[in-house]
This record gives sequence, structure tokens and C-alpha cells, in this order.
Amino acid sequence: MKPVNQRAWLLVLPVVCCVAFSAILPLMTVVNYSVQDIISPERRVFVGTEWFAAVLRDADLHAALWRQLLFSLSVLVVEVPLGILLSLCMPASGWRSSLVLVLVAMSLLIPWNVVGTIWQIFGRTDIGLLGATLTRLGVDYSYAGHAGDAWATVLLMDVWHWTPLVALLCFAGLRAIPDAYYQAARIDGASTFAVFRYIQLPKLRDVLMIAVLLRFMDSFMIYTEPFVLTGGGPGNATTFLSQYLTQKAVGQFDLGPAAAFSLIYFLLILMLCFILYQWMQRVGQDRAVEQHDG
Amino acid sequence: MARIELAVSHAYGANPVRDEDYALRPLELTFEHGGAYALLGPSGCGKTTMLNLMSGLLTPSHGVVRFDGVDVTAQSPQARNVAQVFQFPVVYDTMSVADNLAFPLRNRGVAAALVKQRVGQIAELLDLSDALDRRASNLTADAKQRISLGRGLVREDVSAVLFDEPLTVIDPQLKWQLRRTLKQIHAELKLTLIYVTHDQVEALTFADQIVVMMHGTVVQIGSAAELYERPAHTFVGYFIGSPGMQFVPTVCEEGALVLCGQRIPISGTVLEQQRWPEGSFVLGVRPEYLALVPAYTPGAAHGVVIHRHDVGTYWLLTVRVGTGSVATMLCARVAADIAPPVADADVWLLLVGTHTCVYVNDRLVLPCAPDANGARA
Repeated sequence: MKPVNQRAWLLVLPVVCCVAFSAILPLMTVVNYSVQDIISPERRVFVGTEWFAAVLRDADLHAALWRQLLFSLSVLVVEVPLGILLSLCMPASGWRSSLVLVLVAMSLLIPWNVVGTIWQIFGRTDIGLLGATLTRLGVDYSYAGHAGDAWATVLLMDVWHWTPLVALLCFAGLRAIPDAYYQAARIDGASTFAVFRYIQLPKLRDVLMIAVLLRFMDSFMIYTEPFVLTGGGPGNATTFLSQYLTQKAVGQFDLGPAAAFSLIYFLLILMLCFILYQWMQRVGQDRAVEQHDG
Repeated sequence: MARIELAVSHAYGANPVRDEDYALRPLELTFEHGGAYALLGPSGCGKTTMLNLMSGLLTPSHGVVRFDGVDVTAQSPQARNVAQVFQFPVVYDTMSVADNLAFPLRNRGVAAALVKQRVGQIAELLDLSDALDRRASNLTADAKQRISLGRGLVREDVSAVLFDEPLTVIDPQLKWQLRRTLKQIHAELKLTLIYVTHDQVEALTFADQIVVMMHGTVVQIGSAAELYERPAHTFVGYFIGSPGMQFVPTVCEEGALVLCGQRIPISGTVLEQQRWPEGSFVLGVRPEYLALVPAYTPGAAHGVVIHRHDVGTYWLLTVRVGTGSVATMLCARVAADIAPPVADADVWLLLVGTHTCVYVNDRLVLPCAPDANGARA
């Protein structure tokens, strides 16, 4: 019989350790908290699924969830078309292209909390360029006072911060289209719109899928920028899920409910991304089947 | 349909100075309306550049392009109304096959009924009728290329249809069939077809007139027979035929040719009365015309068989003529029905015959060069 060599396990061990310490152990700690009521470091009580039940019935959380969904959808609706448009306008080659790439990528290099600070100052009605200008024009603008203004400012900030990512991905996708497609389109007499509709957009499908998933996940977890800009206010107007969670865990030290909610949050993101991915995978295929049947 | 006149040169870089800076050196060329032409040459010789200048995908850096005498140099491909098919299939992935074929017509606002009729005809011609409702992205490479061909042929009123090595990705079996289809379309519609290829068989079977190109210049224009029998340039002789024409350095001395250290008397040969050039020149002979003849036949050279190779329908002999530093290897084709000489056998090859060509500085001097219409590029 052939001797079985078990040494391969040794080679996997470093990875197992890394993953254990970076992901599995912290996650298990959260699972541990979620099923206990920790009264003090010495006293803890097992409570089963009680925290989960409580969190799921929490009206504040429901509000934060709907707010979050609306925000993420708004982000996608604005940033994806804008990113595509931007990438179509970017020069394709030469020093101009390099320059524009650097300029476009600039906002991606700024740390999150700095982005928040920039917009906080930008939106101030006394010294901020945006806030002061609007006030001069007679607009009653205040991101700290009006829920609508706070919303618009947070959304605008995210668009400013992250549209370049979509644009860069699309730019890379556009550069990967062989010249022959554009030549054939010129020969076929296709209009600029037809070139976009029948060549560029279909060829961008894969990068757009990545862009949508990234932007959805990221916006669904948004924390730092609105925290710095509005602190979740006015009222709860810009309190998104992460901020709600932090209030619970750090502000009120409700570790049990916070842990239960963390797990729900995690599963929610996983599920939504899965649905989104599945849906985008089928966008092209379905039509083929329809046409074949028709 | 149009008569296409080129008087152009093209350089991709700015400020061309040397000949090498040009992808296409200055040339004048006319493609008559309704003709089937092939642009033949090795990779990088400027074939595709010339095609793109005609279609308008490229604007020449110097010179003009005329369609029926009208200067179209600045016009777009759409305005020139040309069709072009590329080396690799281009299909619109999200459209059905029928929509792909209809695309060039719809972009020009052709009536729906006419579009349907034309798409049906073209699909029939290219064997795509069964696939019309299918999505174009899920087809095989050769089906996709047939769609590309179809888009090129679907407009009836085009000035010309330009093909840029369109059959590269097609299976050999289907290649013959498609080439025949193209010829048939040419015969029926009398379109001007210009076909770029580096495959001589494709060029010779497709075109009435073949334009042979090398290093951005046109070296010869002619029918298949002309290119075969009287290559105007050693390059053409070498490039066309398989194996190509073979060249033997020679001088003429007192009624005999001296080559490979041998003296070959020419009295009694068909070329006896020719005026042979002074000094050294090159004899060009094709393997097909190197006949085995009895010893000491006038015009024949002595050689030793090195190798024989059975190619199925004929034998290919490799013969060494001469010895030492002046020895030359020649290939000869021998019909399969006679027993070929074995290796190391002594043979006599008829070098001087009706098909022999003579070159000085790579240019044909004997027999008198065919009408070099436009070939002087």
C-alpha cells in the first residue's frame, strides 16, 4: 500500500493560522457575545436567541436599514451612469490620458475621515465654498439643520469620493475593446449612440458588475464620512447601519445586541451581494433565451 | 460601385524621411470598377494600410484617394459607402444574427421590408438561415466570421467590398466553400472586391488581378498566370509557388552559360537567339519546369540527387548542382508515374527552356518584361 504523506498539511498551516486570527476567531467572539448577556466581566448569562429577536424587532434599526438601502441605491443610480460617462470622456492615450487618470484617481487617495472633514468645511455656511455660496444665493442650506440637506451632502460626498473608482474600472474596460469593433462600426455607419449601446456597453458588462458590487458593498458599510460630516444627524436622518451599530456597541456598551446585529448585518450584505451577482450574471443570458424561443 | 484610384503614400510616424519610415511608399494604382483584386504579400508589407486608405479608416499622410474621379481623401468610410470585413470576427454580442446582418442597412434608414429581404438573401448565401434568431455571441468563430462577411455584403449599393484576410479563422473545408461563395457573389453582383491575404492560393483562386506587395511597395500586378510564368521581380517568383522559383547566379560566355562551375552550351536550345545580358545575372527556374533530360542535352546542368521526397501526386527531388563553394541546391518536381532517380544518382536538369526567366538586380529582363502597368512603384 502506498504510504500517505501528511506533510502537505504543514504547508497549509500558515494560511489556516492567518485566516483563524484575522477572520474566524473575531467572528466567533462576536457569535459568543451574541448569545450572552454580559453584565460585568465576571458575570454573564446565556440568553440564547433573545438578542436576535430583540434586534429584529427594533424600530430604530428598521429605520436605519431602509435609510441604508435607499442610500446604497441612490449611490448606484448616480455613480454608475456618471462613472461610465466620465470614462467615455477621458482621453484614450498620450500624456493627457496619464494626467487625467492621476487627476481622477486623486479623490480615491484621500483617507475617509479627511473626506468627511473636507466636506464639513466645504458645506459650512460661514466659510465653506459650497455652504457660503448657497447662502449668498439665498438658499436656506444647512447640513446640520435640515435632513434633506444632510442627505444631499452625504450623497454628493460619496459621489465625489467614489465615482472615480467606477470611472477607472470602465476606462480599463473600454481600453480592452479591440480597435476592429470601432472600425467595423464606422464601416457599418453606426451612430455614436449605437457604438455605445451595441459595442461599449456590452463589453463593459463584466467591469460594471465588479463596479456595482464594490460600490454596493462599500456604500452599505459606509461609516466614517457621514460620522465626521453629520454625526448621523440631524436627528437620525443620516444614521446608517454602521453608525447605528457603533452607537449600540461603543456608545451604550450593549455588547449582546450589538453582536447579534453585527451577524445579521454581515449576513445581509452577503445575501444582497449574492442576489445582485446572480441577477447581473443573468442580465445577458435571459435575453438570449428569449430571442431563441421567439 | 466605383473605380478606385490611389496616388498616395502613408507613414504612421510624423516627418518620414527615409524609405523605411513609410508603411506605404509613394505609389499610383487604379482598381477598375467591378474587378476582383487580391493584395498579396508577407506580413507587414503594407497591404492592410492600403486597404484602410481605400476604406477611409485611415487618411493618407500624403496624396489623394479618388472614387470615380472624385477626391474622397477627407471622407469617412460611411460617406465613401464602402464595406470592409476584418481578419477577426466582429459581431454585436447583444444582437441576434438577423439584427447583426440588418445593422448596416438600418443605420442607413433602409425600409424594413427591404432589410428583411436582403438579410434573408445573405443568410441563405452564407448558410446562416437556421441561426437568424440566435444570439450572435454564442456562435462558433467561423459562424461569427460569416456574420461579419454578411454585414459586408448586405448592402447592394456599396462602392467596393474590402476584405482583410477574412478567412484566417475559418476551417480549411469551409474556406473553399466561402471563397467560392465570394466568387459567385462577385459574378452576380459585379461588385468591386479587394481581398488582402498572405496566402497565395487564396489570392490566385479569388482574384482576376493580383497586386503583389513587398516592403510598402507594389512589385507586380498581374493575373495568376503572369505572376507564375513571368515574375517581374525575384521576390514575386520566390513568394508565389510552393516551393517558389529558384535562382542561380550565371554569366554568359561565348555561346554558353557558366553557372555553379559548369559550362552549359545553349546552342540548340529555345533561348539560343536571346540577347543575354552582359556581366552576371540570375536564372530563375521553377521546380515544375526543371525537367530530367538525357546527359549532355544543350541547356542542361549536371547534378547529384541528395534527397527525394514523395509528396503524393509528384516527387520532389533535391539536387546539388556543382561542387564546393559554387554548389547550388535545386528542387525539381518529377511526375509520380515515372520511377524517380535514387539518392546519389547523376541527373541532368534542363535549366534553359521556354519558362526560364532572367533577372538583373532582381528585375526581370528576359523574356521581355510584361507590360509593367503600374508595377513601377
